[in-house]
Amino acid sequence: MHKILSKEKLAPKIYRFTVEAPPIASSRKPGQFVVLREFEEGERLPFTIVDSDPEAGTIDLIIQAAGYSTQRLCALDAGDTILDILGPLGKQTDIENYGTVACVGGGVGTAVIYPIVKAMKEAGNYVITLNGARSEDFVILEEELEEVSDELIVTTDDGSYGIEGFGSTVLQKMLEEGREIDFVVAIGPVLMMRAVAEVTRPFDVGTIASLNALMVDGTGMCGGCRVTVGDEVKFACVDGPEFDAHLVDFEEQVAKLGYYHEEEDECRMHKLPHELEQEKA
Amino acid sequence: MAERSKKRSRRKKKKERIPRQPMPVRPAEVRNKDFTEVALGFTPELAQKEAQRCIQCANPECIDGCPVAIRIPEFIQLIVDGEFSAAAQKIKETNTLPAVCGRVCPQEEQCEVVCILGKIDEPVAIGRLERFAADYEREQGDVEIPELPPSTGKKVAVVGSGPAGITVAYELLRKGHAVTVYEALHDLGGVLVYGIPEFRLPKAIVADEIDTIKKMGAEIKLNMLIGKTRTVDELLDEDGFDAVFLGVGAGLPWFLNIPGENLNGVSSANEFLTRINLMKAYREEYITPVKVGKKVAVIGAGNVAMDAARSALRVGDEGTEVSIVYRRSREQMPAREEEIHHAEEEGIIFRLLTNPVRILGDDDGYVNGLECIEMELGEPDDSGRARPIPIEGSEHVLDMDTVIVALGTSPRTFISDTTPDLETSKWGNYIVNEETGATSKPGVFAGGDIVTGSATVILAMGAGRDAAKAIDEYLQG
Repeated sequence: MHKILSKEKLAPKIYRFTVEAPPIASSRKPGQFVVLREFEEGERLPFTIVDSDPEAGTIDLIIQAAGYSTQRLCALDAGDTILDILGPLGKQTDIENYGTVACVGGGVGTAVIYPIVKAMKEAGNYVITLNGARSEDFVILEEELEEVSDELIVTTDDGSYGIEGFGSTVLQKMLEEGREIDFVVAIGPVLMMRAVAEVTRPFDVGTIASLNALMVDGTGMCGGCRVTVGDEVKFACVDGPEFDAHLVDFEEQVAKLGYYHEEEDECRMHKLPHELEQEKA
Repeated sequence: MAERSKKRSRRKKKKERIPRQPMPVRPAEVRNKDFTEVALGFTPELAQKEAQRCIQCANPECIDGCPVAIRIPEFIQLIVDGEFSAAAQKIKETNTLPAVCGRVCPQEEQCEVVCILGKIDEPVAIGRLERFAADYEREQGDVEIPELPPSTGKKVAVVGSGPAGITVAYELLRKGHAVTVYEALHDLGGVLVYGIPEFRLPKAIVADEIDTIKKMGAEIKLNMLIGKTRTVDELLDEDGFDAVFLGVGAGLPWFLNIPGENLNGVSSANEFLTRINLMKAYREEYITPVKVGKKVAVIGAGNVAMDAARSALRVGDEGTEVSIVYRRSREQMPAREEEIHHAEEEGIIFRLLTNPVRILGDDDGYVNGLECIEMELGEPDDSGRARPIPIEGSEHVLDMDTVIVALGTSPRTFISDTTPDLETSKWGNYIVNEETGATSKPGVFAGGDIVTGSATVILAMGAGRDAAKAIDEYLQG
């Protein structure tokens, strides 16, 4: 059992949780994730560790309410518990001094990119962070990213805040203008990461993407997170979650996105625990 | 003298007259729709009848045939005498998990194959008797926790709670050592809970047998992935363990490496079975999804393939067609005869001498066919089995929407990656002293699939027993 110590709303349907998990807090590295199961009948779900406090024995997770399981999680409050948390899983990000690094985060991927921005900065890089969101309401971690980035550019799809458009187009402009960028990290929706990969490919800038693949155990046993990288099939859970974005077969990842939609729809017919309680009351 | 020999021959005759007792099973057309156990087990009457067939050899070969050397004739005699719980306790002198082993051990290759009765008739049904005794004891509430000696003050970390780890924990607790069991998943049991389906091995029975080590005082740490959450060196240097046993299994599933393998609708048997068994996708109240279409191909022909095929039939809608696709013929199938037989009875289709070469998909990336080539058998290969050779021009497409790959598994590298002085083979298996399970790293022992590659529950338990003995000696030395 893992107690939730605090919960903070970052944007509509996006929450930051600080959760007790001492052994994970002391062993985790940037880029790694956990697999959690909220309740006995629940799914096992992967979430990137956003931050940790080894002394307090806590880890931070940012969760977006999307399907049934994440809606349930987001309905939890400080004081509630999560049944199981396993981690840290996956390989850590290759943090080194590349020179200038552009970190492109999209949507809730911005949460995943935060620890990498922080680590890249600590490693001596000049870090340009592109923080993309649907609209002003959905911009998250702006202050935190500001603190650890040399430059922070916020983009919104609808132009309600920052620059109108996508992080990938801003990045493209920078590269076309001759801005020297030595390394790019892209984390967000599959289509966004694919777009970033296509932007950097002609400029031959090394680019990694963090894949949020379907998985069950997260320890290399199920193989549900298979991804084709170049000529090889890799498991996102043990070989990733980050891969060379120029080699990832994003088409394959796009096709996998809707695989459990029917089951998800069925699941949504279940009422959430707090809804059931409200009905009772 | 004459009278005596007459008596003996009469008695012998009487014993030979009892045929091997079949174990009642649920009808195939009923059981293939649910996850309730297939085999029903012996009644006390059937068990005693079967037990009477044992001729109590002076030099029983069955004991040597058993990887954990159960005192087989002695427990069978206790069944004859009606001392059923005592029979279970006799088995438990050397076997921690008798209700499990009675169900999933390949007795036909071990204790039963050497049974002297088998030379003239059929061997004694040792496995079924083992199952009966263990079930009886448990159902009667007669399970006794072994008395423990005073604490030795030594601490052992057991990594992995499958058959090997549970055996090591049990044996070390019995010697008075403190044991902490680390398990990466959220339930104890390893392959017994994520792999073998409920209809073959009910999880409540697994939990009951494993419960013994908890009652004996083992500390249990779930959701701890050694090599990631803690390393072996940290266990030894910081956490105060005097020895470590690694029974982490071989968990990484093999795929075929053929085109189309990442299409939607293709999964490993590990994933498919884990969703069903560990995550209980077959139960309404559990929300983990599992997907099965109308036409399912399970590739491979081992026990795991049979488990996957029979599970697919059960979770699929009415009319779901499930095939085993295997490149050799029936004689070479690695699964137990009993499993193949049950699968056939339940309506699994066997497409033999058929080798998949490509998985076909539609525009949205979903499986819609399995291209195969027919095979013929040639000379034996390295494994001693006839080598399958493709028949040119025999390519054909099977209409399939789901493909489950059940070819085997290999070691994962969490521990070897973070334990530099642990020697491994080029396949990643840990190299150990065969008798003691000692690895290249002092104080670290290993056994089970991580050493041997995919094998059986009982071989892992045998390795666990040997390692426990060696660890005990190491701790005393």
